[in-house]
Amino acid sequence: MSIAALAAPDRPALVPAAENLCLHCGQALPAGAERFCCAGCAGAYRLIGELGLERFYDGRLLDVRARPLRPETDEASDVAAYVAAEAGDVKSLRLVVDGLQCPACVWLIENALAQQPHIIEARVNLTGKNLALRWRGDAAEGTRFVELVRRLGYRVSPYEAARAADRGLEDERRLLRALAVAGFAAANVMLLSISVWAGFNGDMGWATRDLMHWLSALIALPAIAYAARPFLGSAWRALRHRRTNMDVPISIGILLVSGYSLYQTILGGAETYFESATMLLFFLLIGRYLDLRARGKARAAVDHLLRLAAQPASVVGADGILRRLPAASVPVGATVLVAAGERILVDGRVSDGCSSVDKSLIDGESLPAAVAPGAIVHAGMINLDAPLRVTVTAAGEGTFLAEIVRLMEIAEHGRSRLVTLADRVAGYYAPAVHSLALATFIAWSLAASWQAGLLNAVSVLLITCPCALGLAIPAVQVVTSGRLMRRGILLKSATALERLAAIDAVVFDKTGTLTLGRLALQPCGIDEASLRIAAALAAASRHPLSRALRAACPDAPARAAVIEHPGEGLSAMLPEGEARLGSRRFCGTIDAPDDGLPELWLALPGRAPQRLVFADSLRPDAAEVIRALERDGKRVSLFSGDRPAVVEALAASLGIADWQAALTPDRKYALLAERTARGEKVLMVGDGLNDAPALAAATVSISPASGADVSQAAADVVFQGSSLAAVTEILAAARRSGRIVAENLGFALLYNLLAVPLAMAGLVTPLLAAVAMSASSIVVVANALRLEGGWR
Amino acid sequence: MNGLLLLIPVALALGLGGLAAFLWALKAGQFDDPDGAAGRILFDDPPPRNKASPHD
Repeated sequence: MSIAALAAPDRPALVPAAENLCLHCGQALPAGAERFCCAGCAGAYRLIGELGLERFYDGRLLDVRARPLRPETDEASDVAAYVAAEAGDVKSLRLVVDGLQCPACVWLIENALAQQPHIIEARVNLTGKNLALRWRGDAAEGTRFVELVRRLGYRVSPYEAARAADRGLEDERRLLRALAVAGFAAANVMLLSISVWAGFNGDMGWATRDLMHWLSALIALPAIAYAARPFLGSAWRALRHRRTNMDVPISIGILLVSGYSLYQTILGGAETYFESATMLLFFLLIGRYLDLRARGKARAAVDHLLRLAAQPASVVGADGILRRLPAASVPVGATVLVAAGERILVDGRVSDGCSSVDKSLIDGESLPAAVAPGAIVHAGMINLDAPLRVTVTAAGEGTFLAEIVRLMEIAEHGRSRLVTLADRVAGYYAPAVHSLALATFIAWSLAASWQAGLLNAVSVLLITCPCALGLAIPAVQVVTSGRLMRRGILLKSATALERLAAIDAVVFDKTGTLTLGRLALQPCGIDEASLRIAAALAAASRHPLSRALRAACPDAPARAAVIEHPGEGLSAMLPEGEARLGSRRFCGTIDAPDDGLPELWLALPGRAPQRLVFADSLRPDAAEVIRALERDGKRVSLFSGDRPAVVEALAASLGIADWQAALTPDRKYALLAERTARGEKVLMVGDGLNDAPALAAATVSISPASGADVSQAAADVVFQGSSLAAVTEILAAARRSGRIVAENLGFALLYNLLAVPLAMAGLVTPLLAAVAMSASSIVVVANALRLEGGWR
Repeated sequence: MNGLLLLIPVALALGLGGLAAFLWALKAGQFDDPDGAAGRILFDDPPPRNKASPHD
């Protein structure tokens, strides 16, 4: 991610020593601060200096979109309970590290820990975002190491969601091992086969040829027995459930070709096909490994969500003492303290404190909502301004967040029954071919001898060997997804392309999908000088509106001595009097007409308060994309959780006639489920947590990479960047690849229609069958590779 | 043909050596973190003056 950010034309903050940026975290300095934005960053910078690791600052790539590397001031949680004891007095601990951005972070953490006494090993995994620690001594020392990493600015929590992720890793390793064995066998058997073929014109003696065959068998058979297990296992499971899938003909093909080759070797026959069997296995395993790796991204997103729940909540005890408890085990009725900037981990009612909360993860609403005592908050919201005390009404599995995740899982379960095109084709193909082979065997056995019957039946199976069919669809998918990935579009699901090619309606979410999900200052007639003062004040705050104001006027110098009034606004003394920036109440304009848009008021001494209006800006090409979709004959709708007035205005400006507003997540899900049940093929594009169930219920779904992790987990396709044109691009790619798949299947059918009668008639020798088989595979792959060229 | 009797075992041994090396690397966890491993090489070890031995 950081590399991509570096290559972008608008280079993000890369140089930490810039004038108004914090030396440690690289964020903008608040007013009056020098070098560091907070005491935590100053401490981290000093610590890194003491450790002699200053070069971290030269080597790192700051990703401005990631969480800033700002140490949090809360007390360290006790990790002693998670420490595992090994032989002797060696202890080990695995931790999830949040804030890892680039290899420099890996370097910093590993080297900082390596200097600590007693540490045996500290190893950071950047892909899995975790840290494995081993040390000699006391379990309680773990807390000290965790504290060190925390002081550097990273957030650390015990690695709890380990099991699911480890299972995926184990699958990946097993496939890699099979791939290595198949690759070894394919290369060596091919080496031997080529020497046999080279000696085919007669200058190789039969003894040498037999030796080659036996050597090939010796290499190929154990390798096939090992490396074909993924296919054999899947085929066996399908057959046991009285279904067929693509792995059934693949398995039968591999087993028969190996068996026949072994039979030929024992008889001292002229031809064996060990090289075909091992090559086929090798290529199919590559396809399967790439597929698994691609789906690992989805696994990581789900993993992240689980980790989010693993953060402990601060519970205020009856004696007033704070205790850190896992979020799921907070009792109902307890009081939880949520610091400013922290995520709320439970459902509850605010009992004390006034603040605003970012609800975007829950309902897609981009504006922060004000909360006061009595307001209801849900797990997953982020507290923005001031500390809140929340009385717990539900925690863990009972929260609204958990409810949404459950809804998504139900919807996904329904979709997992979808049969892929390849498996549907295999469903017709396998029985047809196998009964033809049987018919050939019976007919030849009756007419001639059973040996002739066996030979011709095997040649039928060889010539229809599912190479072409097995490659017809995966080759197209691999080429297309590789092509899309280079454009920042990730295909998560193997069947997404074929489902995308069939859709006839598109449903968009609003916030974060059609819009950028970021507030921007609207033109509202404020003069330049006042705007600069407002931006100078806003530099002191991390509130989203302040940040939007700052973005509108980035070169205004930050003002010193700004006082933040939590939940109200900011004030500062100018030479001519006090200037205020904040809510209408704070600036004394409570009577001004309210149109519900997010606003800030600026009260300058001696002048009437001026209003600054903000709006979520549209993605630059949203209107164009919607016009293109409608030209294509797709029915476009807009489903939003936002207020009707806002949604109506946006729908009108984009020319979307069919819109619905104020939808709850389960209502969205129900609407989508209803439409798909009617047989409509609906593409859902959405980003919020509230969209996740609907994304899973749609025929196929797309989510921007800026969306909530859980919606990315639910979506079939994830795209990066701010351009919505990715949607039309994905559809075009799906149509194109659908066409190539149809061509490939058509070719495979034509080939079989020509070859099978010849094989049944006994006119095709096994050698000819093998050549035809390879040629048909090459044609199919070459056709898929046409996708590589030809794109604009 | 005598050359063949030597070359086939040599070819096989080389192939098996490669396979064994790959399986060892896989078992040793070298394919667990492709992102981190790619970037690790870009960073030098820290200056030795601060490098403490793990047992002190």
